[in-house]
Amino acid sequence: MENKQPSFYEEAKGNGISRKDFLKFCTTMAAMLGLEASGVGQIVKALETKPRLPVIWFHFQECTCCSESFIRASHPIVASIVLDKISLDYQETLMAASGVQAEDAYKAVMAKYPGEYIVMVEGSIPTENEAYCCIGGRSARQILEEAAANAKAVVAWGNCASSGCVQAARPNPTGAKPVHKIISGKPIINVQGCPPIADVMAGVVVHLLTFDRIPQLDGLGRPKAFYSRRVHDTCYRRANFDAGLFVESFDDEGAKRGYCLFKMGCKGPVTYNSCGIIKWNDGISYPIQSGHPCIGCAEEGFWDNGPFYQHLPGVKGFGIETTADKIGVGLGVATAAGIAGHAILTNVRKHREIINAPEPASETQTTKE
Amino acid sequence: MRSRSIPMREVHVWELPVRLYHWINALCIVVLCITGYLIGAPLAITTGTEAYHNYWFGTVRFIHFVSAFVFFFNFLFRIYWGFAGNEFSRWYNFIPLKRKQWQEMIDVIKVDVLQTAKKPIDSIGHNALASFIYFVTFLIFLLQSLTGFGMYAAMSNAFLPKLFAWIVPFLGGDIHTRQLHHILMWGFILFSIVHVYLVFYHDYIERRGVTSSMIGGWKFIEEDVIDRNNQSAK
Repeated sequence: MENKQPSFYEEAKGNGISRKDFLKFCTTMAAMLGLEASGVGQIVKALETKPRLPVIWFHFQECTCCSESFIRASHPIVASIVLDKISLDYQETLMAASGVQAEDAYKAVMAKYPGEYIVMVEGSIPTENEAYCCIGGRSARQILEEAAANAKAVVAWGNCASSGCVQAARPNPTGAKPVHKIISGKPIINVQGCPPIADVMAGVVVHLLTFDRIPQLDGLGRPKAFYSRRVHDTCYRRANFDAGLFVESFDDEGAKRGYCLFKMGCKGPVTYNSCGIIKWNDGISYPIQSGHPCIGCAEEGFWDNGPFYQHLPGVKGFGIETTADKIGVGLGVATAAGIAGHAILTNVRKHREIINAPEPASETQTTKE
Repeated sequence: MRSRSIPMREVHVWELPVRLYHWINALCIVVLCITGYLIGAPLAITTGTEAYHNYWFGTVRFIHFVSAFVFFFNFLFRIYWGFAGNEFSRWYNFIPLKRKQWQEMIDVIKVDVLQTAKKPIDSIGHNALASFIYFVTFLIFLLQSLTGFGMYAAMSNAFLPKLFAWIVPFLGGDIHTRQLHHILMWGFILFSIVHVYLVFYHDYIERRGVTSSMIGGWKFIEEDVIDRNNQSAK
């Protein structure tokens, strides 16, 4: 690795990206991050002058769908600049190096840029037995703890690294834990989704580079720019929800007319993500637009909050199909039965009391209850 | 003609603010449960039209939110009245800190629930068990307000709902917040069933006019009960 790091723009020029395309990319990113017009200039300047971010990108218990999403980012510049350059250091799926060379690469980053490099994590970390996920003879936890110790920040890509995803679903055999439950004392950015939207990932990287600090986060550690709105609140089918027009089954007239998928179990109302605005695959569509309810993949524990096609989650301990409503009705019936029994008993008691009351003849008798 | 003459005294138990609180609360709970249930399980009453023709579901949600604000401020007022009202509405009735209250709870269970004992319950306001149940409902009111405004916060810029925004991450997301909110709704429904029945029961058995006391504020209390209350107060 050379000492003088080329900037993003220099790399881009070398890759044949025109100035115009470069500026378009910067403008797109500024818009996505919700910056004001002056933010575009800041991004341009940062990408022109700043050396690339030293990044170590780990794959732990995951399916690589975050990487897959990232390399399919809608804007070509995202893939050719951001991804290529940050993955140079260490990215298990995409780097050419392997074995000792690969290990040396990330150790070199840690030695060369202490306090400057960013650790990006895909996947959860097993804690039940750390041997469930080992790389180069060391466990995921050891690797992460070592790398995070001198990192500037940790980016948790996707639901696995942010909240455990499918590995942490009950009964969680590997004791899978997200990054923020392993690492403390470091800024951690949870970029939620299974996978996160490519443009959101690019946006986070650009923000880190431009402003040298982590983006504003919400209570669950997610960048506010992308996760402050529910899918439901930005859904193009929202008007149907407010109008009370719902799809009742996947083949009905409502489904053809594009009504709201709320009753088909859509988790849009409980899921925070930008799917409705940024969309997927170069802004072509997103699940709801394709006629399928949102499964809430950007929320913690979405595998356990099923079934996917039921609006309210099943109540644990009563079987997967039991909802709070079924239990509520059951308790209501039980209460009514209890009341009926009590009322009968009360009437028997009251009847006795009346029978035992003094007869009309006596005038001022005092009955004690 | 069966009749009897019992020395009784009328006692002003429920002041006007308490009665207003009660009926506003009752109305809000009915409206909130109906609209809330509809929001969770909407009816298929409109179909085959375009969205711009209708807004019924939006209206249902609007009614739910407005009622929620009324419910919340009414609840806050009742907490205040727990420190400002008369002896029957004060906070210490509701939290069983005294041995006497626990003893009365056991008595009420024996006398009124199981009907195995015959013993007068000397409370003039709520009995100890009823008070404790109301305390539990206040906790449910609080949780319901927290979860409700917590979900509402994400679509509001108003100051009040924003105060509750922390509850969603605290419970691990909207889905858990919503589930809890939904389960607690059943708490309200079950409470209402039992509450209405027990009012009828007490009126039927004790004949102190407990039902109308929440309208007029006065209860008929036997002289000897009042005497015993005065003695224990001394």
